[in-house]
Amino acid sequence: MSAEVLAARPAVIPTTLIRPSRGWSALNLRELWRYRELIFFLTWRDVMVRYKQTLFGAAWAILKPFLTMVIFYFVFDRLASVPTDGYPGPIFYFSGLLPWILFQEGVTKAGNSLVTGANLITKVYFPRLSIPLASVVSGLVDFGLSFLVLAGMMVVYRVPFSARLLAVPLFLLLALVTALGVGLWVSAMNVTYRDVGHVIPFAVQAWMYASPIVYSVNLITDPLWRLAYGLNPVAGVVMGFRWAILGGMVFPTTLVLESVLVSLLLLVSGALYFRRMERTFADVV
Amino acid sequence: MGEFAIRVHDLGKEYRLGALSSGYRTLRDALAERAGQITGRVPKPSREILWALRHVSFEVERGQVLGVIGRNGAGKSTLLKILSRITEPTEGEAEIHGRVGSLLEVGTGFHPELTGRENIFLNGAILGMKRTEIAAKFDEIVDFAEVPKFIDTPVKRYSSGMYLRLAFAVAAHLEPEVLVVDEVLAVGDAEFQRKCLGKMSDVAQQGRTVLFVSHNMSAILRLTHETLVLDRGALVLRAPTPQAVDYYMTSGLAQSGERRWTPDDVPTGASPFQPRVLRVLDDRGRVAERVACTEPFTIEFEYELAQEVTGLRIGLYLSTSRGEPVLTSFDTDDPRAFERHTARPAGRHVSRCRIPATLLNEGLFVLGVNASSFRIRSYFTDEHALSFSVDGTGAPGSHWPETRGGPIRPALAWEIGEAG
Repeated sequence: MSAEVLAARPAVIPTTLIRPSRGWSALNLRELWRYRELIFFLTWRDVMVRYKQTLFGAAWAILKPFLTMVIFYFVFDRLASVPTDGYPGPIFYFSGLLPWILFQEGVTKAGNSLVTGANLITKVYFPRLSIPLASVVSGLVDFGLSFLVLAGMMVVYRVPFSARLLAVPLFLLLALVTALGVGLWVSAMNVTYRDVGHVIPFAVQAWMYASPIVYSVNLITDPLWRLAYGLNPVAGVVMGFRWAILGGMVFPTTLVLESVLVSLLLLVSGALYFRRMERTFADVV
Repeated sequence: MGEFAIRVHDLGKEYRLGALSSGYRTLRDALAERAGQITGRVPKPSREILWALRHVSFEVERGQVLGVIGRNGAGKSTLLKILSRITEPTEGEAEIHGRVGSLLEVGTGFHPELTGRENIFLNGAILGMKRTEIAAKFDEIVDFAEVPKFIDTPVKRYSSGMYLRLAFAVAAHLEPEVLVVDEVLAVGDAEFQRKCLGKMSDVAQQGRTVLFVSHNMSAILRLTHETLVLDRGALVLRAPTPQAVDYYMTSGLAQSGERRWTPDDVPTGASPFQPRVLRVLDDRGRVAERVACTEPFTIEFEYELAQEVTGLRIGLYLSTSRGEPVLTSFDTDDPRAFERHTARPAGRHVSRCRIPATLLNEGLFVLGVNASSFRIRSYFTDEHALSFSVDGTGAPGSHWPETRGGPIRPALAWEIGEAG
């Protein structure tokens, strides 16, 4: 063996102690960080695999939200005339759909990720959090592609590019945190109770109508109801995102604050629940 | 003072059978259970608890290659899963010095849609390799797998042989200080298995600590000097490998010439097949643990079918106490018999096989049974169902008191004459 290899060896051989854990365990973010390359590869796999052997490939990332927007436009704008706060229907829907789809896909994929990844969980050790985390993060690629379309629409509808756009990454982060928080709960529950897998599509659909995607928050005038409405963290995400993109409205401070609080609560509780459940994943899944 | 790489102390793992056998719980089950508890109408279900592993303690010195053998359900896989941190122990502890690489399956995380190149990186990362490490070994891996031409083809287009070679190649280039290997050699053709075994012995010679679980006795004998024998969750023996293999293949097995199964012994997946008794009968029809080489004897397998089964065949596996196969035979090897017994009705059946006189050499033999429908389903397999011994008294050539090699000792026709 060459001296180089010897030198590259860590002087201290790591020691692993394996023993039963009880109660709530710490998140162990350091370990998660050590496995960052794996998280990257899992994310990359999700992205690579998604559009393999499709005719349109990554174009689907754009087509899905775009076609949804077209449907919304005809049904809710032209047919039902649901007010869109004075913005043109298409860009109003599209700017709401982008963060929504990031959330929706994140929750759906993360929710099923452990069950789909059962063969990994039962054969190799790594921080289990990386699986739902990679599922949520991989949605960013689709988001980035659709964002280009949104930018194009901004040009078409003459929406000025303002400094508010700098806030987009913040709301993006908020959307990811929300999706991960929900995703952690759902994925861990899905391991034990497969009912969750059946509930996800339905629940996500209901959740969309509970979020200001096809209608405006301003339909809710009662301040108390509005406060209650804001408990849906996606409301703050979508409104904040729209504010950053479209402008022409007051910053939805209360909604965003509520969203940040609820999201963080979901993330922390979800992570703790996940850590508690994960020790039996390999036995139950 | 020997430095140890693995130290296991009083390790135990319990499984709740109720949760296991139903596969997974539905929310309704959980709710119903809770509701029942609250209203007091349904007593709390007493779940059966199974200790897959209990009170297991041992140490492995650094650089040692230790074998682990035991029948299905003996706790081998549970032990490896605990040591590779896939599942947590219920009690006790284990201490491991060094990076642990676990190889419980080759090709874990392989994705059919990804190319060979992509899968090497993905699989490497999953097995705990750094990206730079994989990149450095990439060419070596591709060479070992013999797939350079197809490296940019999705692995779903690979033949199963190519797939396995690639999967094993990645795994074989892992370089942890402690390697935990389970049954990876049970796949692939003979050629591939030889290659894997070769690689495994290289690994062993590099001074790494290896814990090697296998059903393949010849691989265990070849690769390890010392072996643990597990039985029903307990560590029953730690001995030099040849001794451990002998012990495993013979003792602990019914030596009475008869093996009975109760429904509890049989995995639920075997249904509608239920084995009942396997017997060795001597020439006079008595159950015998020891048969004479010079007399024919009968192997009898009784079983029950809960419903009609088509295409069923009952197989016997005969092997030596060292695990070398001697023969495999099925009750419908004769095509006419197969036609006559295409469908076997529900009820109790027996399949008998007559072993002719002067076929087997003296020694210990192990009988295994199998019930399957060819290429459709395997209902039940027990490779070590029963052991029996053969008495060589009067066997051909026994007037010379010497040991004859080989598992068979048939009386062959010899002619002695003058060479023309």
